[in-house]
Amino acid sequence: MMQQDGYQRLRLKIIATTLAFSFVPLLALGVTIYLKTESVYVSKVFGNLRTLVENKKNTIDLFLNERISQLTTLAFTESFDQLSDEKYLEKVFSFLQIHSKSFIDLQVIDQDGKTVSYCGPYRLQNVNYSQEPWFNMAMARGLFVSDVFLGFRKYPHFIIAVTRREGDRSWILRAAIDSDIFDSLVRSVHLGKSGDAFLLTSDNVLQTKPRFDDTILEKIDFPRFAKFSGSRVEEFAVKGKTSLYAMAWLDYKDWLLVIKDDPREELMPLYQARWLLVFILLGGTLIIIGGAVFISNSMVRQLVRSEREKASLDASLTQSSKMAALGKLAAGVAHEVNNPLAIIMEKAGWMRDLLSEEDIKGSPNFKEYEDAVQKIEFHVRRAKDVTHRLLGFARRMDPLRDDINVNILMDQTKSFLENEASFRNIEIMTDYDRGLPCITSDASQLQQVFLNILDNAIDAIDKDGVITVTTRHDKEAGAVVIAIADTGKGMPKEVVDKIFDPFFTTKKVGEGTGLGLTISYSIIEKLGGKIVLHSVEGKGTTFTITLPVS
Amino acid sequence: MSIRILVVDDEPDFIETMVKRFTFRKMPVTAAPSGIAALKLLEAESFDVVIMDVRMPGKDGIETLKEIKKRYPLTEVIMLTGHASVESGMRGMSLGAYDYVLKPVDFDELLEKVRKAHERKLLNEGRNASR
Repeated sequence: MMQQDGYQRLRLKIIATTLAFSFVPLLALGVTIYLKTESVYVSKVFGNLRTLVENKKNTIDLFLNERISQLTTLAFTESFDQLSDEKYLEKVFSFLQIHSKSFIDLQVIDQDGKTVSYCGPYRLQNVNYSQEPWFNMAMARGLFVSDVFLGFRKYPHFIIAVTRREGDRSWILRAAIDSDIFDSLVRSVHLGKSGDAFLLTSDNVLQTKPRFDDTILEKIDFPRFAKFSGSRVEEFAVKGKTSLYAMAWLDYKDWLLVIKDDPREELMPLYQARWLLVFILLGGTLIIIGGAVFISNSMVRQLVRSEREKASLDASLTQSSKMAALGKLAAGVAHEVNNPLAIIMEKAGWMRDLLSEEDIKGSPNFKEYEDAVQKIEFHVRRAKDVTHRLLGFARRMDPLRDDINVNILMDQTKSFLENEASFRNIEIMTDYDRGLPCITSDASQLQQVFLNILDNAIDAIDKDGVITVTTRHDKEAGAVVIAIADTGKGMPKEVVDKIFDPFFTTKKVGEGTGLGLTISYSIIEKLGGKIVLHSVEGKGTTFTITLPVS
Repeated sequence: MSIRILVVDDEPDFIETMVKRFTFRKMPVTAAPSGIAALKLLEAESFDVVIMDVRMPGKDGIETLKEIKKRYPLTEVIMLTGHASVESGMRGMSLGAYDYVLKPVDFDELLEKVRKAHERKLLNEGRNASR
């Protein structure tokens, strides 16, 4: 049906519009908030790492600076001769160790690389360093800080050497420093499960022991960075594993401080937020779809209902206005016919008056005259019956108010017609609602309606068929519904449209006045009810009467 | 005592026959073809019962009835109506008509109503006189 298609299309349109107008902003909002949060969060994570690496770098720089300053101060305040005295050196060393436990030993070396004095846990008094590359570099530069190495001590450490020129000779004050201190300095960084921190030389040799995999002094696979100032945070893959790396070059040594962090761990809350967002979006979408479907369904249902109500109201308005117009017409015609009838009646009456006089009684044709007058009066009365019935359907007669059991009334009415029905082999079946409430209405007028419709049903069937009378109680509407269905020949739509019109009849001339259903209609309307019919050509007709319970 | 009757209708054949039939029964009867003519006749002489059609050209039955009841409250009026509606009859009665009769008229029924209307008129006159 076209109408059905239209409703379906409207329904889909409402759903689509609702979805578009709710889902698009929801999605935009979700995505925007997520992207914004992500960028803020990522920059915060990067910022945190940057701060961390800078702090660490400063700490390590400070440590190196302190050690270098201590040695420099010592070398420049004490003379070669003083420090050559091992006893004095011991005293100075113990004094140094009070401030810093990281000093392993202290050594004075002359310009030929020969150890002059030594103080520490190892026996290095006679070691000559003249062939060591660091010795030459220290002599040349005045200050030398080594990479971490194992050396004679077989223990990871590094040395700081300070050269002092005293008159025409130079000497070196050299201290070995336990590089474990870096491990603890570097690793005191608070890191997550897979985070790490280490120092690298410019050749990517590890200067501290990392937490995982590699060992100290091992050359690792790591991109090389030219020296840069400040700090950098980058995300790249090392050994196939992508991590966040925060890096800073130390000021006092060409070591690169690296803090490694697992981006997944750092950004975990963000991923969680992403999943949460996806779930909220999905949930929201489902709710919106549900809401849209619900709203559109109820709107369309409402629309269908109101259209249907409007259609039936239109139909009943059309019918009742047609009936009102026809009623007026019928009344007008009847009235106009009544006046001449009145005159005919009076003339006949006058003739009767005259016939009662003595002399006329003797006339040979007196009997004929009297008979004629009587016939005229009889037929005028017949005509009067028609006009008065015609006026009757326009007339508003106050209906009586009886308590009626429709089932009983219907049985009574049925009994009037049973002879005729059985003669034509028509069965009148009943399907009564036994719990039917009594209604307040006019019994004789209702009976007239039932009689009319049953009579029509018998005529419609003609021979062999079934008439089914059904009664039901419509509790919601507070009404009694009576349906009279026949298995007759049915009617085409043109006939159905005119069936309640006065003088409309499908019967032969003289068999019906065409007023039966007209009067039935006006009676039911007067009683506050409704009468409708449904007819299928070749199948039969069903009249449905709805009457209010009170 | 005879009842003086006035028949008002726009159908000449109808009033003519009415006059004949009342006269046949020795009842004094006058006819008027319209409401205005009836009022004129009423000015000249008094009638006991007026039989009047509701639908007439010019001044119709209802208006004439109002006029008659205003001027001659004791005169009884019986309305004739071809319009078999209780409404127009009831309206007439609420305006003071004694009764209404449907057209075509059953003469005996009309005669009965005329007699009863006259009785009421006599009753009302007696009540007025004793007051």
